[in-house]
Amino acid sequence: MTASAHSVPAYSEVEVGTEVLSRDVTVTRFDLVRYAGASGDFNVIHWNERIARSVGLPDVIAHGMYTMAQAGRIVTDWLGDPGALRELGVRFTRPVVVPDDDEGATLTVSAKIAEKLDEGLVRLEISATCADQSVLGRASAIVALA
Amino acid sequence: MALNPEFIGRTYPASPSYVVGREKVREFATAIGDDNPVSHDVEAAASLGYPDVVAPPTFAFVLTHSSMGQAMFDPDLGLDYSRVVHGEQRFSYSRPIVAGDELTVRAMIEGIRAVAGNDMLTLRAEVVDSAGELVVTTHSVVVARGSAEEG
Repeated sequence: MTASAHSVPAYSEVEVGTEVLSRDVTVTRFDLVRYAGASGDFNVIHWNERIARSVGLPDVIAHGMYTMAQAGRIVTDWLGDPGALRELGVRFTRPVVVPDDDEGATLTVSAKIAEKLDEGLVRLEISATCADQSVLGRASAIVALA
Repeated sequence: MALNPEFIGRTYPASPSYVVGREKVREFATAIGDDNPVSHDVEAAASLGYPDVVAPPTFAFVLTHSSMGQAMFDPDLGLDYSRVVHGEQRFSYSRPIVAGDELTVRAMIEGIRAVAGNDMLTLRAEVVDSAGELVVTTHSVVVARGSAEEG
């Protein structure tokens, strides 16, 4: 059986201030190694603790683009159709430190309706925190609703 | 060391074409935990009108970061790569990337400025399909930490 994508939410039905989706994402060393392979970003600070510490980091850190991918995913999961995403932007404000254990780091990602623009466009504000600290700044998306 | 301001506006030659593979899209989606059926299942993608599986939005960076390297590693620019961190990233989409796309990337240096002893370099990369249509534009700010911040 084929899973189908759900349809894009309607512009008329969304309200400013509403949180559209929120989730916790567990990030382990395994996830970083897998992301390194899938993305082609093999920077050693994302998998080698010895080198991460030698350049002044507290431990191995997640790829910034892995964290941004989680920001994108929360938006496209809400949209259903990734084609409704027009813009996605973030600032990387703090590293996500990923310890060498089974728990890893927990990233809490959420998105809310920040502004209704003209012509069916909506601006979403995205929040990403780890250990109660924000790791992305000015994270937002512009989406085209039905 | 301050970056060479003459590099503002410099455009680099288009990259060799990158053919987006169906399994690469699935692999990337799986790596970020994205289980949206349109990134895995051709029929689910077809139900939304796409010719093949749809890449998650940040997949574009897989193509653009090597092209931006052309600019960042240009020796005359004066960027010390060991001090570089990714400061900002933005994508503007005309359409999503789908498996089967044959894409090229054109990178340019959009801006160079010094802020609080750090050098900030703004790079733009345009991803274009085989018909010459713009698919996605990426804006990246990389920050080379100044020696004042060391320690």
